[in-house]
Amino acid sequence: MSVLLIAEHNNKELRPFTYNAVSAASKIDEDLHILILGNKSEAVAKSASEIPNVKKVIHIDNEIYENFIAENYSSAIIKNADAYSHIVCSANTFGKNLMPRIAALLDTSQVSDIIKVISADTFLRPIYAGNAFATVKSNDKKKCITIRPTSFEPAPASGGSAEIVKSEPGEAFKNSKFVKREEIKSDRPELGTARIVISGGRGMQNSENFKLITAIADKLNAAIGASRAAVDAGYITNDHQVGQTGKVVVPDLYIAVGISGAIQHLAGMKESKIIVAINKDGEAPIFSVADYGLEADLFEALPQFLEELNKLNSIQK
Amino acid sequence: MKILVAVKRVIDYNVQVRVKEDGTGVVTDNVKMSTNPPDDNAVEEAVKIKESGKAKEIVAITIGEEKAQETVRKALAVGADRGIHVKVDGVVEPLAVSKILQKIVDKEKPDLVFMGKQAIDDDCNQTGQMLAALLNWPQATFASKINVKDSSLEVTREVDEGLETIEVNIPAIVTCDLRLNEPRYASLPNIMKAKKKPLEQINASDLGVDTKARIEQIKVEEPPKRKAGIKVANVSELVQKLKNEAKVI
Repeated sequence: MSVLLIAEHNNKELRPFTYNAVSAASKIDEDLHILILGNKSEAVAKSASEIPNVKKVIHIDNEIYENFIAENYSSAIIKNADAYSHIVCSANTFGKNLMPRIAALLDTSQVSDIIKVISADTFLRPIYAGNAFATVKSNDKKKCITIRPTSFEPAPASGGSAEIVKSEPGEAFKNSKFVKREEIKSDRPELGTARIVISGGRGMQNSENFKLITAIADKLNAAIGASRAAVDAGYITNDHQVGQTGKVVVPDLYIAVGISGAIQHLAGMKESKIIVAINKDGEAPIFSVADYGLEADLFEALPQFLEELNKLNSIQK
Repeated sequence: MKILVAVKRVIDYNVQVRVKEDGTGVVTDNVKMSTNPPDDNAVEEAVKIKESGKAKEIVAITIGEEKAQETVRKALAVGADRGIHVKVDGVVEPLAVSKILQKIVDKEKPDLVFMGKQAIDDDCNQTGQMLAALLNWPQATFASKINVKDSSLEVTREVDEGLETIEVNIPAIVTCDLRLNEPRYASLPNIMKAKKKPLEQINASDLGVDTKARIEQIKVEEPPKRKAGIKVANVSELVQKLKNEAKVI
């Protein structure tokens, strides 16, 4: 038995969730290999080889992998799949797009978004927006699995020295072409991995008012999240959306401001360690998951919150 | 151009789902069911493309038990031209669904296949990508904008880092995000008219697809409950609690 992890990276470095996927994958089996498909991505292969849990790195470098097109990735992955009992990657937009294409080509019924490895063939995964947990056993010979990264600690980044093996690219797929990527650059911590997240909902009323949230995020070194309602209304861009169809976050502190707490939003944040809800509607469902609830008008509470934070001698970073 | 749109019947998104006491699944008796929300966006987009003159026919398809055809009727009521119901009882995994859809694509020869990016019941997010693999077609997943060109689509995709645009040649699969459009409501006259539109029923077993589950569901349980929290009186109490009790700031 051995496991092949498909790395997510940007051709310069591994994306942070790859480290979480590594620790989940090595719980399935210790013989963990990692596949890097990229363009001019030597640095990525080197970082992967330094992860102590990784036994071997397969590196395929070709311009067709520059933009991580799933159609190009899948032929190379299939070529390398024979030796493995499990093929895994993160259950974020990268892995969600890629893994089912591989699973179908291998005639495997994929297990999506696992939150716990029970044994090499049995996993725990949330269904119905996390309102139920299902224990499932895969009876396919070869297993294709995506891992919910926030449910596993990241693996250590250094200390290992796995062998890097170069391999040949697969066929290029002619019918899909990358056009452009509009990445939102920010100095803030990434939403998926931030220690503190402060999110705004429909109660923010407009995009201008999000500056009340930004000011607190600056103070706490927090990432900024949003409910689907706030993104739909155009208050903030889609990369901030937390929930069933957005991102799942598990910070130490999640502050929900002007968010009512629809099932779909709770799905993305209710595993957070400490949850604060600020909402003027005392009956809002968000209070049912909040450790600390403040029933207040956010336009009064947020400036006061900033003021109180400014009074503190020190704030954890 | 012909568009095939796949829709799934699921527990309505507003229902608070309850786990069955015997751990075999969730309660579905007397629970409101409706079309999987992003599948409504898929239907809406197909209808808009037809209204713009770029598509001639929309075929809506569902796979599932007898009542699943309600979702096809709804699609017919907002503008699909005809429907297909592939009848099969019990859970059908995305791999089997995509194999059934492949058979239907072979027969119907659509130029595009649309569906929601994820079903809100099993949260798998697999079917579109699997169908694309089986057909060796390009896949444009998590679409929030579609621009139909002569022989290709330019699709904006919602990804973790922001937005990505790709161009896929037709034929292609598109899985739709909730932000792609605002699905319309069916008017009463259109609901009546939809009852007269053709809806073909096919038994999954006649298609020669093995729908047997490959994944065993061992048990379904409630997620761990959070401990009840407290209400704080004001902002300064909140900050004190976060600093001294929870020790998170």
